[in-house]
Amino acid sequence: MHLTRTFETWCCILTVAALAITGEVLTAGAMRRIGDLDVIRAKSGLPGAIRAVLTSPMFLIGSVAMALNFFALLFTLSVVDVSLAAPATASLTYIGNAVAAKFFLKENVDRRRWLAALFVCAGVFLLSK
Amino acid sequence: MKHTLSPQRYLILLTVLLTASVGDTMLSHGMSQIGAVDFHHLGLLLAALRNPWVIGGIVLLIGFFSSYLTALSWADLTFVMPATAFGYVVVALLSRFWLHEHLSAYRWAGILTIVCAVGFVANGPSRTEHEPTALEVMDSGAGR
Repeated sequence: MHLTRTFETWCCILTVAALAITGEVLTAGAMRRIGDLDVIRAKSGLPGAIRAVLTSPMFLIGSVAMALNFFALLFTLSVVDVSLAAPATASLTYIGNAVAAKFFLKENVDRRRWLAALFVCAGVFLLSK
Repeated sequence: MKHTLSPQRYLILLTVLLTASVGDTMLSHGMSQIGAVDFHHLGLLLAALRNPWVIGGIVLLIGFFSSYLTALSWADLTFVMPATAFGYVVVALLSRFWLHEHLSAYRWAGILTIVCAVGFVANGPSRTEHEPTALEVMDSGAGR
């Protein structure tokens, strides 16, 4: 019984984190593909910049993932204590983003960036104490 | 190649962290005035949209999303991430000095840890060189 409850808790937390990572990586990939928004705004104005973002399929899929993440977080908060759910999902998202950015966005995640991700995780946990 | 940021771009990053944290704090303050919302009192959500704190919070969060997307258009995700995390520090400091809440030693340690994380990436390049990614290939030819 206890094991089942623990399994459910971590399934919820991992789902929230996975959706957040998917949303953020797709959004970041879309923004890289679209290019510098400052340049686009200088050339085509604010409407042109908004159109460039809203017509990117990758951005739209990322937004759907972020919306699903929001509802998954609401569900998780209704079954898991917020003192565990909030820092656990935030920390897993930061680490997962660093891993996904390295492998999917091909970012050069050097030692300093890994350390930054780990320190953010540790900091989020300490703040939740 | 090292990408350095102009003062205007540092201002965008500052907007990202301030709008997220102050926006969340304003929403939280507004919703505490509205009271608990459940399935039997969903009308309260409409009432919340008339609360000035909630309206201010929504405006700031729209500002957050716009500045976050702008930052991602010229910086790596792993560069922008610690900036968004710095919002936790701003919320903690707001709760200490504005709402006069007590901050435990653990929370001060958390603040210090996140400040260190930001320090690790702040002086590095905002965008690292890379080959075309699988995601970019997937999106090519569409979305422009």
